[in-house]
Amino acid sequence: MKLNIKVWRQKNKSTQGKFETYPVVASEHMSFLEMMDVLNEGLITKKQEPVAFEHDCREGICGTCNMVINGQPHGPMPGTTTCQLHMRHFHDGETIIVEPFRAEAFPLIKDLVVDRSAFDRVIQSGGFISVNTGQAPDGNSLPIEKGLASRSFEAAACIGCGACVAACPNGSAMLFTGAKIAHLGLLPQGKVEENRRTQAMVAQMDKEGFGMCSNIGACEAECPKEISLENIAYMNRAYIKATFSGEEAS
Amino acid sequence: MQLKSNIPSGDLADKWTDYKSSVPLVAPNNKRKLEIIVVGSGLAGASAAASLGELGYSVKCFTYHDSPRRAHSIAAQGGINAAKNYQNDGDSIHRLFYDTIKGGDYRSREANVYRLAECSVDIIDQCVAQGVPFAREYGGLLENRSFGGVQVSRTFYARGQTGQQLLIGAYQSLSRQISLGTVEMYNRHEMLDLVKIDGKARGIIVRNLKTGELERHGGHCVILATGGYGNVFYLSTNAMMCNVTAAWKSVKRGALMANPCFTQIHPTCIPVSGDYQSKLTLMSESLRNDGRVWVPKKKEDAEAIKHGNLKGIEIKEEDRDYYLERRYPAFGNLVPRDVASRAAKIECDAGHGVSPTGLAVFLDFSDAFERYGKTEASIHAMSNATKEQIKEMGVKVIAAKYGNLFEMYEKITGEDPYKHPMKIYPAVHYTMGGLWVDYNLETNVSGLFALGEANFSDHGANRLGASALMQGLADGYFVIPYTVGSFLANEISTPKTDTNKPEFAEAEKNIKGKIDHLLGVKGNQSVESFHRRLGKLVWDYCGMARNAEGLQYGRAEIRKLRKEFYADVFVPGTSDEYNTELEKALRVADFLELGEVMMLDALNRNESCGGHFREESATPEGEALRKDDEYAYVAAWEWDENEPILHKEQLVFENVKLITRSYK
Repeated sequence: MKLNIKVWRQKNKSTQGKFETYPVVASEHMSFLEMMDVLNEGLITKKQEPVAFEHDCREGICGTCNMVINGQPHGPMPGTTTCQLHMRHFHDGETIIVEPFRAEAFPLIKDLVVDRSAFDRVIQSGGFISVNTGQAPDGNSLPIEKGLASRSFEAAACIGCGACVAACPNGSAMLFTGAKIAHLGLLPQGKVEENRRTQAMVAQMDKEGFGMCSNIGACEAECPKEISLENIAYMNRAYIKATFSGEEAS
Repeated sequence: MQLKSNIPSGDLADKWTDYKSSVPLVAPNNKRKLEIIVVGSGLAGASAAASLGELGYSVKCFTYHDSPRRAHSIAAQGGINAAKNYQNDGDSIHRLFYDTIKGGDYRSREANVYRLAECSVDIIDQCVAQGVPFAREYGGLLENRSFGGVQVSRTFYARGQTGQQLLIGAYQSLSRQISLGTVEMYNRHEMLDLVKIDGKARGIIVRNLKTGELERHGGHCVILATGGYGNVFYLSTNAMMCNVTAAWKSVKRGALMANPCFTQIHPTCIPVSGDYQSKLTLMSESLRNDGRVWVPKKKEDAEAIKHGNLKGIEIKEEDRDYYLERRYPAFGNLVPRDVASRAAKIECDAGHGVSPTGLAVFLDFSDAFERYGKTEASIHAMSNATKEQIKEMGVKVIAAKYGNLFEMYEKITGEDPYKHPMKIYPAVHYTMGGLWVDYNLETNVSGLFALGEANFSDHGANRLGASALMQGLADGYFVIPYTVGSFLANEISTPKTDTNKPEFAEAEKNIKGKIDHLLGVKGNQSVESFHRRLGKLVWDYCGMARNAEGLQYGRAEIRKLRKEFYADVFVPGTSDEYNTELEKALRVADFLELGEVMMLDALNRNESCGGHFREESATPEGEALRKDDEYAYVAAWEWDENEPILHKEQLVFENVKLITRSYK
């Protein structure tokens, strides 16, 4: 299949970027990133600079890859990361527009590469259970209801890619943060410090420059792991509870 | 060079307990003054950095990823073993130890493996406490499943995303230490050299991948948790950035590479479909709990499937060869990986393969749909359920167990595995070889430690499923916090490492020279094209079957390729910017040296064991023939541009009898 790839090129944060269009011949069996490999191999052969993009596991779990494809983070297929998107979902002759994830809290590094370390800092502010190595009781000493464990797992399936932020007109990270608060808070071992955790993570989220949630739902629609909006509702409940708990975020 | 394993004396079952109660300790006020460098943030690196930070050491942790949560441990699917015996099926620490030693075809160290089995039980407890959402039974207790090479059910899991959940647990512990200030985290920093002062590992040179700047970092010791080298094959289930550079640079500073030819070819991966392919995707071994592997008995059926004229589901039961069940009745579809991979190769080589390339076998769930469907029907008292209803219910059970894997399969192949059997073929997955370490996980370079897949220590010539996660976390949470004391207790009066010392300047200059050289070649071939060619050589001559002639040829070809690389590679861009081509070039340069040592190691080991199959050493039935009299040793290689030097550590077996590994 013959395609035109209209891709965002920008040397670094302080220079002006622009779209460039490149013709690419691809096969429908390729993944989107393999098509980008073909584009880059062609550029390198012409002694030009390849398009910088991030990727690693190429099996949809590491959360490294991040592109906005035809206006949608990770492209048109639901529940799919860029690396798992295959060219059979595009048609011959198509012009595909590829942009970086855009959000105030994700500053651009080069071309399609952005800095998502704000997510790490949100986790560092409280996205954990305070237990040191060696302190744990026997794993079976605390039975956890199967359904609860399953709901916790579904929130924990977040890969931290940032599509929720890129999809949100407010650049909000509430799906990401809510998923972590729900993952830990649903479990009895994570309940203990939930008030403190919720306050600290919400404060950090605001500090990083992420916007507020206005219930649009684009985050859930674009999330490659289909993390539910219910996690935002969970976070809001936990936040109200924490606010009235009298506990302070440290 | 005398390789000392430093295994403590005493009974196997008491060694680790005795060691822990006698290893020298470092007092809390001294811990703060001691700086530890941890390279890598996967299961081993993150768990080590977090645990050492909790103990009060000053830790610096480095990763080339944009976040520690991206490390490739995240992609592990199936599960983690632990000798909990929650299933009351006869499991014990000794049995896990024995299974691992046998699974590794008697090429690992007894004491290390026994310790691993001991630590396994604590890992599960630790992870549960961190909030890892493991699968649970209706009663709320932890659920288990089985993996290859064992006859008990000891694998704990979180759907098909166990690695992800365990890594996030470790990442969160690490994040907590970062927020407490005990760990300083360096994202997007790649280690490019090891710095030794007076023979001890005292620092590293890293490249800031965002700015291209070279930085010097000093410490009292250096811990490498940098994963395996499977990407030397170009196509593997490893993530694209996985590389050997940190380990290899340490080899070039005097560390030894042990058993590099011991690589694991995983039997259940999605087959290669075209030349453009950049990586291969694993379908978890856990699928072999419920899936049955088969090929058409008749070659003409295989031929018809190959050309798209026949479908797998159309082949009658009596025309199917469930070759694993036929050849290995005792373990059936759950034989270890090396055995299953070789069997698939034999069937495909004989013309029974089922994809357009002829390199694929079926993994079929139809029996499992029916079996689970019947159980569900019985639970719901549906005594007259139709065949369709039964299948539908069975599909639901399978979807709950492996849903994400089935989805992944469909995304990649475009075929629905609930309707058609999966097509699978072996692919490079894991490397048992790695940096030589002693019982303390310390390399032969004093103060340089290696954890997880980066070391060679626990899996011998073949790793059993669900034990990579176990080893990474055992090393990081429970082993290194003790064993690092054996080194650091003698360093309490050593001042902070001065990075202005000439050793740092020399290392930095050396790496700068290398970067300038690669950028300066301005040849005509891309880094990627060299990597592909190297991968093909290693796969063709040091893959699932090896022989002396091929290995000699392969070695010579790699040497030629290396020369060509330095004469004709094209690396665009500059050194002082974000430049992924330069990153790749530096990694491929190291793979081009490692590949040669792999060939040499495989050539030297004229026996078949585990994943290393020498065609010259097989039984009449085509099974691997081990030669314990000649090769019951660890082959540890010292790098030399002209002729790498072999050092041997004889393996001593005091507790298990070396017998022919049989799964029949």
